[in-house]
Amino acid sequence: MDYFLVVLFQIVGTVGNLALISVGLAVIFGMMRVINLAHGEFIMLGGFAAIFSTQAGINIWIAMLVVAPLSVALLGVVVERLIMRRLYGRMVDTMLASWGLSLLLIGLATTFFGNRVVGIAAPVGSFRVGGYSLGAYDFVLTGVAAVVFAGGYLLLRMTRAGLIARATMQNREMASSLGIEPSRVYAVTFAIGAGLSGLAGGLLAPISGVLPTMGVAYVAKAFITVITGGASVVTGTALSAALLGSINTISTFLTTPVVGDVALLLAATIFLRLLPTGITGRIFKGAP
Amino acid sequence: MNSPLTLPAICRSARAHVALAAIATIAAIVILPQAAPLYTLINVTLYLSMGVFALSLALLWGYGGILCFGQSAFFGLGAYAYAIAAINFGDTTLAAAMAMLVPAIFAAGLGYFLFYGRLNDVYLGVITLTVTLILFKLINSTGGDAWRIGTARLGGFNGIPNTPLLTLPFSRVPLTPAQMFSLAAIALFGVYTFSKGLLATRFGRAVIAVRENEMRAELLGYNARRLKLSIFVISAAIAGLAGLLFANSVFVSPTMFSLSMAAQVLIWVVVGGLGTLFGPVAACFALQMGTTALGKLGIVDPNIVLGVVLIVFVVFVPGGIQPALANLLARLSASRSPAGDGVAREVTR
Repeated sequence: MDYFLVVLFQIVGTVGNLALISVGLAVIFGMMRVINLAHGEFIMLGGFAAIFSTQAGINIWIAMLVVAPLSVALLGVVVERLIMRRLYGRMVDTMLASWGLSLLLIGLATTFFGNRVVGIAAPVGSFRVGGYSLGAYDFVLTGVAAVVFAGGYLLLRMTRAGLIARATMQNREMASSLGIEPSRVYAVTFAIGAGLSGLAGGLLAPISGVLPTMGVAYVAKAFITVITGGASVVTGTALSAALLGSINTISTFLTTPVVGDVALLLAATIFLRLLPTGITGRIFKGAP
Repeated sequence: MNSPLTLPAICRSARAHVALAAIATIAAIVILPQAAPLYTLINVTLYLSMGVFALSLALLWGYGGILCFGQSAFFGLGAYAYAIAAINFGDTTLAAAMAMLVPAIFAAGLGYFLFYGRLNDVYLGVITLTVTLILFKLINSTGGDAWRIGTARLGGFNGIPNTPLLTLPFSRVPLTPAQMFSLAAIALFGVYTFSKGLLATRFGRAVIAVRENEMRAELLGYNARRLKLSIFVISAAIAGLAGLLFANSVFVSPTMFSLSMAAQVLIWVVVGGLGTLFGPVAACFALQMGTTALGKLGIVDPNIVLGVVLIVFVVFVPGGIQPALANLLARLSASRSPAGDGVAREVTR
């Protein structure tokens, strides 16, 4: 019974983790149909922002939840102005340019921060279930992920800004002819997406440590989660994180973490063969 | 066609390209082993293997229209297949065939899911990238004695340092660096000629037709999914060959699967020019030499340079170097002789 509970907690933790690292990518992909290949590096920079501001004496919660997302969102604004804006409508070129950005950011981080792992202590301890000890921090991650997703859903569903965003997503030309400026919507979206990646990086810093090349580890999982989810940003990502996170955790428990990752990928590949447009391309169509 | 010996005419003729490449290959094989020191020779062999790698993606992406972010998966698989087979068989000829066969089979399996699932370019790029990352992870975790295939230890992140060198068939004497260089040069020439020939066949033209307009090609009766799968498998086999050559000039290691490897080959094709074969190879040589020199100086991280090059080319020179140069050449000759006007228009398209 205890063992079952532990597995269950692990599944919840993995799902929350997966949802958190994917949401920034999902926002940008859902709005612009562009895969931001510098996503992993945005996570990395969020981690560095959280660690450096903690070291500078800022409260760790503020560093993780405020400083990290804001600083990466700021970077997102700059990147959108300098690079992405020139490439709208050229989807493949946007991906290539963002990959260039990813390499550039890795290089810059290695040069300025050094090629070593830096970390901070997790602000919460652990608790016990029967004979097992579990990290309470997983629940913080899952909780934040839940808040972000609930907030995103409400924002898209209830507010005027959300209405504009959904309109632009569905039909750019129509939205534009009704007086909405797509380039402004895109700029805001890119900044929000970058900010959410930064938030994920800040929250992950205490458990994984931060390294200039760490982005690679998250980028693949995030992509797979987002494209398995399909067109709907909030619903799709949440559903596919739940599905793939469960598959990953269960196969990790049965075998090794590496096989767990392989199982995640395999499941996603077969899944996309069956549902090429992702979960929300067929089921839950039209949900935000 | 009236004056076949003008510069633009040579630039357009596939036969002239192959002839020029043959001359360059022969000249390199004759001169370089005599003139260059051993270190340079081995380095150039490495560049040649990378050139073959660049061609594999130039063919797949430039002509097949399939953007594969994980071409390094096939590169690495080819090298590992070769090393494992060579250690187990004790003979390298069959192992060399495995280097092309294993990536081709892997590509056939992966491609079935990709193309018959009708995934479009973004999904395709992401899946291929993810497969590569997973392979990279998997190979890195194979340290220790438990991970072995036959008598070959996979060696985790150390790779397989005792990769056997190629021998001639039925011989136990490994090739000398000079012979290895010649083999690599011939392989590059061979793959170049093969690609040119392939693109001129009915199959090659159909592949290009699918790139131009998949729907129209299908309505005309071509099986777009099978064509895409075929060019994907061919490209994987070429990448495997590149991996074989790479393994023989360095040794087999997990970095062959790495993201920077996958990024590099993409950058060569972008810089050289999409839809060209010579451009990517030239860009590969130039950038390899550039990053090696920078690495020696140690001032700038090579990642910064590669990243900036990729961004600058995508934003400012989206066609790549070769088309830009061809246009320039055509414009120059057009301004010299009014008769060349038609040529200029044709190259500009």
